[in-house]
Amino acid sequence: MLNYDIVVIGGGPAGMAAALKAKECGVDSILILERAESLGGILEQCIHTGFGLHYFGEELSGPEYADRFIKLVHEQKIEYKVDTMALEITDTNVVYAINKTDGLLEIQAKAVILAMGCRERPRGALNIAGTRASGVMSAGTAQKYVNIDGYMPGKKVVILGSGDIGLIMARRMTLEGAEVKIVCELMPYSSGLTRNIVQCLDDFGIPLRLSCTVIDIHGEGRVEGVTIADVDENRRPIPGTEQYIECDTLLLSVGLIPENELTRAVGIDLDPVTSGAIVDEYRETSHPGVFACGNVLHVHDLVDYVTLESQTAGEGAANYVLGKKAEAAYIATKGVNGVRYIVPQKVNLNNGNDVKLYFRVGQTYKNAAISVKYNGEEILRRKRPRLAPGEMENVILKKEMLEKFEADGLIEIGVEV
Amino acid sequence: MQKNIICVACPMGCGITVELSDSGEILSVTGNTCKRGDAYARTECTNPVRSLATTVRVTGGVHNVVPCKSAGALPKGKIMDCMAVINAVDIQAPVALGDVLIPDILGTGIDIVATNHCPAK
Repeated sequence: MLNYDIVVIGGGPAGMAAALKAKECGVDSILILERAESLGGILEQCIHTGFGLHYFGEELSGPEYADRFIKLVHEQKIEYKVDTMALEITDTNVVYAINKTDGLLEIQAKAVILAMGCRERPRGALNIAGTRASGVMSAGTAQKYVNIDGYMPGKKVVILGSGDIGLIMARRMTLEGAEVKIVCELMPYSSGLTRNIVQCLDDFGIPLRLSCTVIDIHGEGRVEGVTIADVDENRRPIPGTEQYIECDTLLLSVGLIPENELTRAVGIDLDPVTSGAIVDEYRETSHPGVFACGNVLHVHDLVDYVTLESQTAGEGAANYVLGKKAEAAYIATKGVNGVRYIVPQKVNLNNGNDVKLYFRVGQTYKNAAISVKYNGEEILRRKRPRLAPGEMENVILKKEMLEKFEADGLIEIGVEV
Repeated sequence: MQKNIICVACPMGCGITVELSDSGEILSVTGNTCKRGDAYARTECTNPVRSLATTVRVTGGVHNVVPCKSAGALPKGKIMDCMAVINAVDIQAPVALGDVLIPDILGTGIDIVATNHCPAK
């Protein structure tokens, strides 16, 4: 049995930032477990720029953003194991993991930080009819083929879903000589960042068709084409709008799901909206000493926010290990009137710090306001010229404000038009 | 003449309106919420530029390609020409992050630099 103060599961941006912060807070015994062959996580294949604008004030590519943290992990001499798969965490915070050199690892941790990231929704989750021809893959899979392995997975491409990865891949495939025929989006709006729609589609004249989906996939052996159709307000295909599009590749960019198998298995409470753990302001889950941060907690649109959130979790885990955790007096948070979810779902009034609440809306709004209520009474109001589901929002609860609240109170955030 | 631009300087995506005179002179820039937006809208109307991120083939490395980017923004109209130049190049591993892979691409004064490490196999 190995012993560490903190075991971090996942060596992507979340895991590295959490580990570094815990170290800075005075915990020396830290181990990061990473499934891939190197640290960096999904950033390694996100070669486009635009990362780090908030955190570093400059525009970096994914690998460059990751490299800054990888360097710090080395400088701070934080231990890590790559090619290592975490299999289980127990209710006494023992982590089981496996790799080729150590075999089975049994690690007793005082605190565990979950930073496993998320996974793309596959074709099977959509129930698209049609043949099982090759050439249907997630946008992230195609991204790995092109950017890490150096292979082009197709020449004529249809993309279903206008999430950021789909948009980024539309540009990437075009730059490498493929013809991207259309991007279809089921919803009446794109969940991707505006700048990605401009830079990845508009710049190359790639059409984006909203309220539209793929209803059939054709081809034996290899994809030969897809049938698309417009959908009504209930997202059902409208008969008569079917259109055949010849292509050899269908990329799916239809959502991300936090990868919470380990979390679920140990019985940690999950939020049905985020599909991540229910956490407090330090990102501690319902299981004492287990923290979660980054895309495993809720899917982020910007890595900068992943870094900030993970630092919070790292600090919380360090406090837990060093016995500095404040006595609990929780208030709950709840999204209402168009706010789909809030992270954290609860806030400890005794922590003595400002608390940032992150949340996401369910549709687009113009000239709206964010209203924050405590037990039904408005305590904060913020104007927002533009709100979109693809862009995470936040409000800060000042510590002076928190001091006036009482345990078991309720904070509600809603949109008002 | 009016030109509507969606700013891509940051994830905000502000809608900016640029008033142009008949001779193409910029009369006003409105709708931006920061200085970078103003600069972006002016450039977009006169000399649109984009940064380019792609990969370069590597021989003898742990991967077949290494990611790279333009160290500065390139003229928007030259992006596909730059891609042709980059895809004709083959770099010998090892490559370190920050290495200049193609100096002064197409005489633009902009270098193509590696954005990750690619150790030799």
